[in-house]
Parts: sequence; C-alpha cells; structure tokens
Amino acid sequence: MQEIKVYGVWGSPFSRRVEIALKMKGVEYEFIEEDLENKSDELLMYNPVHKKIPVLVHNGKPVVESSLIMEYIDETWKQNALLPTDPYDRAQVRFWAKFIDDKIMASVGAALLSKGGDISKAKEEMQELLTVLESEITKNKLFGGDKVSFLDIIGLFVAYWVPIVQDILGNHVLTRDKFPGIYEWADVLLDDAFIKKNLPDKDKLIPILRSRFGVKP
Amino acid sequence: MFAMRVKIALAEKGITDYECREENIVVSKSPLLLQMNPVHKKIPVLIHNGKPICESLIIVEYIDEVWNHTSPLLPTDPYLKSHAKFWADFVDKKMYPVQKKIWATKEESQDETKKEFIEILKTFEKELGDKCYFGGDNIGFVDIALITYYSFFRTYEYFSGLSLEAECPQLIAWAKRCLLKDSVSSSLADMDKVLEIIIEYRKIKGIA
Repeated sequence: MQEIKVYGVWGSPFSRRVEIALKMKGVEYEFIEEDLENKSDELLMYNPVHKKIPVLVHNGKPVVESSLIMEYIDETWKQNALLPTDPYDRAQVRFWAKFIDDKIMASVGAALLSKGGDISKAKEEMQELLTVLESEITKNKLFGGDKVSFLDIIGLFVAYWVPIVQDILGNHVLTRDKFPGIYEWADVLLDDAFIKKNLPDKDKLIPILRSRFGVKP
Repeated sequence: MFAMRVKIALAEKGITDYECREENIVVSKSPLLLQMNPVHKKIPVLIHNGKPICESLIIVEYIDEVWNHTSPLLPTDPYLKSHAKFWADFVDKKMYPVQKKIWATKEESQDETKKEFIEILKTFEKELGDKCYFGGDNIGFVDIALITYYSFFRTYEYFSGLSLEAECPQLIAWAKRCLLKDSVSSSLADMDKVLEIIIEYRKIKGIA
C-alpha cells in the first residue's frame, strides 16, 4: 500500500504541476494545504533547506523542487510518460524547463511584482526572454506535440498564471499581438479537457492573488 | 567552474577522444559558441554529433544517460537521483551567488557574505556526513557539481581572509579525496592560476 502526500498551496503553479503529473499517471494522493504564513512542522521537517512547497512525500520519503518532483514522478510511475526517452530530447526539455523557471519566472517577478528597481529595464528583459520562448514554439502545437508533456506543464505558469497576474496588476508585457505563438500554444494547452479540469478556478484565484499583491478589488 | 564539470564527467566515462575548444568569454565569444548556445551565449556547450547541449549540469546528466555502460554519475533509484539533483541545484542556486560576492565585489560589507559562505560550506559538510563522496563510494553528480568550485578556494581565502581548512576541515578532506582521482585532477584548473586570472579580471572591471 503506497502512501503519497503532496504538501502544497491551492493557487500555486508549482504544487499544481505536481498534482497534474500525478493525475496524468492515475496516481492517487493526499493533498495537504499549507498556510505559507504558518508552515506546518511536517513541511519544515520534509524541506528543511528551503522550507517551501511543493513537497511530495512517497512512503515517508520527501522529494522537493517542483521540476525534480515531476521527474521523480515520471521515473517512478512509467505510464503516460512526461519526458521523452531520447537523452538529447530530454536535455532540451530540461534546458527549456530551467529557462522558464530560472529566467522567465525571475523576470516576471522583477517586471510585474517588484515595487523597487528599474521596472522599465525589467519589463524589457521579460520581453526579450518571452521572445526567446516564442521562437521555440511550433505553431498550434504543444511542446509535447499532440499531447501534454513535461514542458507544457512547466509552462502553465506562463500560459495561465502570468495573464491573470497581468490583468490584476494592469501591467501587460505578455500580449497576444506581441507573442502570437505563445498565446496559440497557451490556447491549445488551456483547451485540453484534462488541463482545464485541473487548474485553479480563475474566479477563486483572482481574489487570492489580489490579496497577496495588496490590490483592492 | 562549469566547463570543468563536463571534463570530469567525460573523464569518468573514459571518454578522452574529444576536441576541447577554449573560449575567451571576457574578450569575445566565437561564432560557433553563439550559434550553438544562442539563448545564453555561455560555456560550456557539448556538441555531440553536431547537436549542442547547454547548461553544465544538464550536460553532465546527458553524458550519464548516453554513456550509461560505466561509472554511473547519478543513482538509478528515482528517490536518490532526485536527492542528488537537489543538492547539485543547491550548489548553483546558493553557492554560486555567494562565492561570487567574495571576489567580484569591493571589500566593504564582506562580513555578512563570509558568514553566509561558511554556512553554505557547513551545510555541504552536513550533507556529506561520513561518506567518502557525496555519491557514496565513488564521485557522483553532486561531487562533480561542487568540486569545481575548489579551484577557487585559494581565491576565496585571498579576498576574504578566511582559512577554509580551519572552518570546514571535512569539506577540504573531501576535496583532497576527489583530487586523488585522475578525472578530477586532470580537469580542475590550477588554484594559483585561477587567482591570477581573478586579480586581472578585477583590474579590468575596475574593482579595487
């Protein structure tokens, strides 16, 4: 009997990645909602280094960092593979996942959420990075071709969360006219029945994010 | 410190028949580098049968997956593998920015940086524990990720005044064990040469 727990936060793109990966594999798990202002003893025990969500605990053993958790899930439950089998293709997926997580995410933070620093420079950088991502998109296709794959799940941050955050803050860098490729990929991804079912509802997410950013309705 | 990782990985796999092209990244990058890594324009890049792989840890993992007949660099067990990748990522996310502050910035307000740096090294010591290497009985992914920073240890001591052997004896012992391996000793840059280069770099950048 396997015990699988996910410590996460309902509206977080990072814990959603883990849940989506598990669900795509048909793996049942218990979700434990964390209060980030008051982290549980279990979370601090399972992730003492970063003290962050998500954490996957599989039969008592913790795995941390959302992209590492997704790789762990893919290697442990081999049905519905998320990563390609060819080492070169896997290296490319890891490269672009790192690009989204390390570069794009940081630039979104600096350009949209930061209150200090050179905002126009940060916006320029976000635009440059999105241009690079745009060049990687194949028209009307997912990163996984016809099916949702590792990189599509990683990219949900850009496809779903960034436009919502932009609307809340009234600050738009990622736009359909400037990045038609990204938007076309996002349309295909967000139209997928399984993905639609497993994203946090916008009407519930918006007030949570508004409150987090200190934006009045 | 990143290109050395690739060299160690190839050496561990017994791959010696490859061309190594030196880039002068401070002065100007070659057209080949810019073509093979258009996104980041950085080294290292591994070009295997004409196809480029970028980002040092991604390259090391690629090498491990392609040449999987010998000297595994990552564990096969998914849990142990995720653990190794976590620590290698920790090296780059935490160690890299803090160590850079020691030699790439002016001398003021170094106390906080030095304290943070030693804490990070002690975290590695704790993770290493009683093991010979982070990879167990032989060097693995985390050893390769971290050992390349050892070539900068004289530089860290020079600019911080710290004695790293006094602060982190177990880590220094681990580094010396790694250096006994040909794959590491033949790939690591000479510590004194690194210090010379950094002193020159600081002059070029106008850092006192």
